[in-house]
Amino acid sequence: MLDQKRLHQRAAFFQAIRCFFQNQGFLEVDTPIRQPLVIPEHNILPIPAGEHFLQSSPEMYMKRLLASGCEQIFQICHCFRQGERGRLHLEEFVMLEWYRLDADYTDLMTDCEQLCVFLAKELVGCGFPMPLDQPWERLTVERAFQKYCSMSAAEALKQDRFDQLLVEQIEPNLGQQSPAFLYDYPLELASLARPKAGQPDVAERFELYLSGVELANGFSELTDPDQQRSRFEEEYTKMEVDANRAGKMPERFLSDLGGIDRAAGIAMGLDRLFMLLLGGNNLNDVLTFSPDDLDN
Amino acid sequence: MLSASDLRKGLKIQIDGAPYIITRFEFSKPGKGQALYRCKMRNMITGNQFTQTYRSNEKFEKPALEERKMQYLYNQGDEYHFMDTESYEQTFITREQLGDNVSFLQDNMDLDVLFFDEKPIDVTLPIFVNLMVTTAEPWAKGDTSGNDTKPVTVETGYVLQVPPFVVEGDKIQIDTRTGAYVTRVKE
Repeated sequence: MLDQKRLHQRAAFFQAIRCFFQNQGFLEVDTPIRQPLVIPEHNILPIPAGEHFLQSSPEMYMKRLLASGCEQIFQICHCFRQGERGRLHLEEFVMLEWYRLDADYTDLMTDCEQLCVFLAKELVGCGFPMPLDQPWERLTVERAFQKYCSMSAAEALKQDRFDQLLVEQIEPNLGQQSPAFLYDYPLELASLARPKAGQPDVAERFELYLSGVELANGFSELTDPDQQRSRFEEEYTKMEVDANRAGKMPERFLSDLGGIDRAAGIAMGLDRLFMLLLGGNNLNDVLTFSPDDLDN
Repeated sequence: MLSASDLRKGLKIQIDGAPYIITRFEFSKPGKGQALYRCKMRNMITGNQFTQTYRSNEKFEKPALEERKMQYLYNQGDEYHFMDTESYEQTFITREQLGDNVSFLQDNMDLDVLFFDEKPIDVTLPIFVNLMVTTAEPWAKGDTSGNDTKPVTVETGYVLQVPPFVVEGDKIQIDTRTGAYVTRVKE
């Protein structure tokens, strides 16, 4: 549980993030946390709430708002993922998501840089563990595997060792001297991202790392409803879902998607960001109430 | 059966027929990636350690471990004999298996013995034991070396550092978790 000083720091942290986006003309939105149908992603287990699910991300409804005419939107909300519990994982956590119309993933990288610089300037009594004023490292996934692993990204995928090598051999090296962007993921690891022009096997997706901690996942949005539908179908084949959910498509989302031309969106874990700003290494230490502080 | 989501520090699982305890545990999951459960484990019989990363579909057996209340009787060479205080059955554990615990065993001491597949593999000692000091150098008055402790030997042959006022024949309390001196015990 946070003490008075930390509570005030946490409040100032949220305040500064809102200020950053409002200064740029972003609209703050809120969308349903409890959803009858969630996006099929085979590595994310949603937490049931009665007949509904708790959101694992506000992504689907944020994009519907883009389709309805919003140009720049952001949201700070609680998200839920079953079975994720560790030093850097919580079943309930605070997410910041922002979306831009007529933008791609490189615009989001610029946003990340500016947001961090703004926070470093605004917040007192805490700061980032590395300088932000030098150019941030940008490394493709393919290059990262060449640099840090004994096998290529393609080979790692084939052997189903991609995630383990990423976590154990690559991530600890990322974002140490400066924050780092790991980008251009294999298409099969980005079911809602747009393929890169001229490289149909690569998705315009990136992750931001600070001190080896994965902080944000952003991408150029896939806005083709047919492609999105077949990606969801692929996800369903990799999942075990109960009969009620099996194969169900978020039809309104898919149809709205057709109304978006170009867009980019990103999700950032705010508990992790706050932890890094305080120089901590365990999320439990930076939450108003950690799971261990709850009555049960 | 246990599943990967049950894994945590301190959990005991069976691997290739041997009991292991998880001594370090880290959950990780790259964005959009699969859940990974990285465990450092110690073989509860041999003490061998290894690290392994498991996935969420992995299943584990619980090792057949059982704790029994027993009394330490005597040792014969490297065999240390214990008696079950309920069934009066006797069994022995080797010196190697007991490790540092042999330094604190006293005749008729009550303790918990851990069995795996009906074989004793470990003992849990009382946290504090009182042992007699059998050898202690007198402390040279006016010692200016700055040492405020001196070594003594207790009845089990164990050597430890104690304050200078402890003399031969004293009983002292020792913390079996750290092996350190706690206090002098008045008879």
